[in-house]
Amino acid sequence: MSEDSQAAGRNPARTLAQKVWESHLVRRAVGEPDLLYIDLHLLHEVTSPQAFDGLRQAGRGVRRPDLTVATEDHNVPTDSLSGPIVDAVSRLQVETLRRNCADFGVRLFPMGDQDQGIVHVIGPQLGLTQPGMTIVCGDSHTSTHGALGALAFGIGTSEVEHVLATQTLALMPFKTMAVTVDGTLAPGVTAKDLILAVIARIGTSGGQGHVIEYRGEAIRALSMEARMTVCNMSIEAGARAGMIAPDDTTIDYLHRRPYSPSGPRWDEAVVRWRMLLTDEGAVFDKEVVLDAADITPFVTWGTNPGQGAPLSANVPDPAEIADPVERAAAENALKYMDLVPGMPLREVVVDTVFVGSCTNGRIEDLRAAASVLRGRRLAEGVRMLVVPGSAKVRREAEAEGLDRVFTAAGADWRFAGCSMCLGMNPDQLAPGERSASTSNRNFEGRQGPGGRTHLVSPYVAAATAVVGRLASPAELAPKSG
Amino acid sequence: MQQFTVHSGRAVPLRRSNVDTDQIIPAVYLKRVTRSGFADGLFASWRRDPDFILNDPRYDGASVLVAGPDFGIGSSREHAVWALQDYGFRVVLSVRFADIFRSNALKGGLLAAVITQSAVERLWELVEADQSTPVTVDLTEREVRCGALSVPFEVDDYARWRLLEGLDDIGLTLRHDADIAAYEFRRSNLFPAVPV
Ligand code: SF4
Repeated sequence: MSEDSQAAGRNPARTLAQKVWESHLVRRAVGEPDLLYIDLHLLHEVTSPQAFDGLRQAGRGVRRPDLTVATEDHNVPTDSLSGPIVDAVSRLQVETLRRNCADFGVRLFPMGDQDQGIVHVIGPQLGLTQPGMTIVCGDSHTSTHGALGALAFGIGTSEVEHVLATQTLALMPFKTMAVTVDGTLAPGVTAKDLILAVIARIGTSGGQGHVIEYRGEAIRALSMEARMTVCNMSIEAGARAGMIAPDDTTIDYLHRRPYSPSGPRWDEAVVRWRMLLTDEGAVFDKEVVLDAADITPFVTWGTNPGQGAPLSANVPDPAEIADPVERAAAENALKYMDLVPGMPLREVVVDTVFVGSCTNGRIEDLRAAASVLRGRRLAEGVRMLVVPGSAKVRREAEAEGLDRVFTAAGADWRFAGCSMCLGMNPDQLAPGERSASTSNRNFEGRQGPGGRTHLVSPYVAAATAVVGRLASPAELAPKSG
Repeated sequence: MQQFTVHSGRAVPLRRSNVDTDQIIPAVYLKRVTRSGFADGLFASWRRDPDFILNDPRYDGASVLVAGPDFGIGSSREHAVWALQDYGFRVVLSVRFADIFRSNALKGGLLAAVITQSAVERLWELVEADQSTPVTVDLTEREVRCGALSVPFEVDDYARWRLLEGLDDIGLTLRHDADIAAYEFRRSNLFPAVPV
């Protein structure tokens, strides 16, 4: 997509990302950013109020309310849906979104609605996310939607206002990067372990300026929801977006979703979706290859998602890191995390376990956690929160009896929202508390001031809850009954 | 948007890499529905440490932040830019910025300029030796100057032009309204729509 790579040799073969980009060009002029049309604009309460205010001040409207959808997710309490939000400031933000959606004619899925949920969970679930679309949201994990072959990326609030007013964005073309994962993942190794291993390999800026296309046998073998987990964390590798070319898995997933095309339009859409692949011979600006067989359950030990290691490894020794900046970062991280070099990661004692978020809050994630917890109890002193990514995920889980598995094990079963992923609502870590979390960011204080976060897969989260230390299901004693 | 041509001010050396936007402004401070009033949230948890650089009175009133690599990673929150601006910063210098942060900054009139890591380190040393040393950031010349030091910085041409002119993005795009309408006319009708 970068003009260099295109000019070089005038290669007619194009990557998936280039195809989607070029089919959305409203205008291209030398020395200016491309003007790109946006097919779907998702909104939530945190990053939109100032954008709507900007529209009001300029006397502008929303150009395409029919391509704009809002949900309440970041601030909503997850312990109860009854009654108003207790925190006055959170309440104001949610009420502001409601008023803005009413004033500008935007469809909103509010708390209590059967389709409410985390913005990146509900888009695919409703069939609003489809291959070949451009999708934006004032939220960096918009990359999630790329799992279906959409070009989806996070934007800031000024850009939210720009899209509301014009349904376009002015952008310099992104570069492209291929991350190919060959081979087969071992049993118990998940998409989360895969993406944490990718980020540890390429670093938090490894994807900077690029759209990552995930390819290869191991990616093809992933379910649709697992692909969302992978694309979700593209931003943690610094990338603008992550994409996976649509295939039968994608098409099966979209069949009969509320906003999927139906009748003859379905057939027409499927024909188009099947053309959305990177051409043979297309050149990526950057390429990385991993072997799935090398990937094992993976956890983070530091304070950025690139600071991760296999669960079977020890806490690294900063003294062995050659790069002085990296070394200083590792020293700071270990100090904050209160870990000593050389300590086995399996000995790290955890007090809180969080299963949820737009990374791992879908039904397959809850099934994975429940499969470990069935017939087991949480370790003494461990609290565990299970927060479904959407109201629909919650209903599905309850229909399958997963909620009873969680509560019987001693976990808290919650309503849908972002919850402890970022601790904007009351679900937070106390200072010094340590969590194993299926979310996506282990930044200092992300889950509450002074809180310490280890990013893990749903299997590792559940096993950790049972043992009270970072653990994988393979280490658990056979079930009692 | 506020215009930017040349800025001179004192600088703060922030010797940290991977400064994420959750550090720049923690989530609990994101609940305001206005564009201002975020200064209190800037680096809120670090500021609780009396040794944190912004608590050193010698750097009071500084307006240029000189940071380690990978500044602004993580969440897309534009509040990070607003908090830096509310606190008084007009420029951030680093060898590498996260994409969304940089885009948000340049749109909001906060100059996020890329200099080499050795230039970052020279600036850290100069400013730490004498906190009152002014740092000049000249967008016209694309140059950072401090005492005898003069280094170029990178910023893309288009963003530079918009900053120099103080132009509003939406206004610029609306000049192409006819192109947008033409695209809408030829756009596939297979994509979903959500009538209210
Ligand atoms: S679950 Fe976490 S990462 Fe995902 S949208 Fe919510 S706050 Fe952001």
